Amino acid sequence: MLSKRVVACLDVKNGELSKGVQFVATEMLGDPVAKAKAYYEDGLDELVFYDITASSDQRNIMLDVVQNVAQEIFIPFSVGGGIRTREDAAGLLMAGAEKISLNSAAVLRPELIKECAQAIGTQNTVLSMDVRAVAHNTACPSGYEVVINGGRKAMGLDAIAWARRGCELGAGEVVVNSIDADGMKQGYEIRLTRLVAEAVPVPVVASGGAGTPAHLYQVLTEGKADAALVASMVHYGDYRVLDIKKYLNRQGVKVRMNY
Amino acid sequence: MGPSVIIVDYEAGNLRSVQRACEAVGLSAEISADPEVVRNADRLIFPGVGTAETAMVTLARLGLDEALVSFFQSGRPLLGICLGLQILLEHTEEGNRDCLGIIPGRCKRFQFTESSYKVPQIGWNEVAKSAEHALLEGVPEGAEFYFVHAYYAIPDQGAHVLAETTFGDRTFASVIGRDNVFATQFHLEKSGRFGLELLAAFGQWDGAVC
Repeated sequence: MLSKRVVACLDVKNGELSKGVQFVATEMLGDPVAKAKAYYEDGLDELVFYDITASSDQRNIMLDVVQNVAQEIFIPFSVGGGIRTREDAAGLLMAGAEKISLNSAAVLRPELIKECAQAIGTQNTVLSMDVRAVAHNTACPSGYEVVINGGRKAMGLDAIAWARRGCELGAGEVVVNSIDADGMKQGYEIRLTRLVAEAVPVPVVASGGAGTPAHLYQVLTEGKADAALVASMVHYGDYRVLDIKKYLNRQGVKVRMNY
Repeated sequence: MGPSVIIVDYEAGNLRSVQRACEAVGLSAEISADPEVVRNADRLIFPGVGTAETAMVTLARLGLDEALVSFFQSGRPLLGICLGLQILLEHTEEGNRDCLGIIPGRCKRFQFTESSYKVPQIGWNEVAKSAEHALLEGVPEGAEFYFVHAYYAIPDQGAHVLAETTFGDRTFASVIGRDNVFATQFHLEKSGRFGLELLAAFGQWDGAVC
């Protein structure tokens, strides 16, 4: 039986691990490679790196990070942030990433998803979407709207419709980030995650809001997510990956315990 | 310098991660698209990401299809990974393609009536041995490996199924092999310690089943 995945998300700014609240970077937390390696040894199932570097001339720093990760860590990892062309995507794969994650650039130009899926395969092309709750309206009947540019620009685009469209274009996995829940440690946006999981034929990764292992349990069961993303709760040492997985296992969620 | 390995380059995805995993277990691995180099390798890794159609077209264009069959006939150790496993069979439903035919059988796409089973299968799953094989000796019971695939192998002969995995309500052959060929549907290069151990074992394998 397929295990549910615990995925750690590392936001990387100028080559350093950073952590934010509601999408605003607040603190720098050191070397992302060392952190990632510690999680790997602790039984983490997968890693996501988001390059939140502001300027494009810093992009090579991210490629170095990816190469260093790939030399030391032998679980899948994806990279997102600033991917605008199929060449960007292919370059990250060559540097050692397993998957690439498209976000704002795909909203602005949906064909990018198709181009990447054709160049590197559907299974390696992830659609990551930043979403916030809005009043139900004709543009966003689900009550969830897609937002781009690190949460700064609302697009008047319905999140559920966008997730479906992304899969039609070739996304092989969808990451749902709730801006409202991000960094608040009050739990995932369960309703949003379940709506997306029920709407798309591919695996869904829940993101934003994890504060306790019980939050992961909730989103992996009630929220119907295939994987749950954690950041603050492991970066600050509040919980170890191993403890989160032990908890899930005790609750009857199938997770990888033997590693 | 440890044993040397050639990784077959047929423009099918991330070969570097296989190469890095080889390096991590002390195997020196080179990537090559040259049919002569492939034919004469000491041991060969046939990885693969992407679609079977594209892969078969590219292999034929590069002359690698014949080189792979001729390498198999040499009796030297051959490791197939993911799409590299699927192409070893005779036929795949993906694009309705004839493949290399090194192992009798075919590949089929996962189909479920229950919509909660998402295809492709992405993630970690258990691999249970169904036959004795030298390379599987070190794999502990309940060990999980990392899978990303929408198609699965159905070998004609039960003896070619070396290990099985259950996804949704389907139990499929996750490791297949015969003679000097050993192939995993999962990505052992992305499967943590157990994957690396299996890769290290392949580096020492003499190509005999037991």
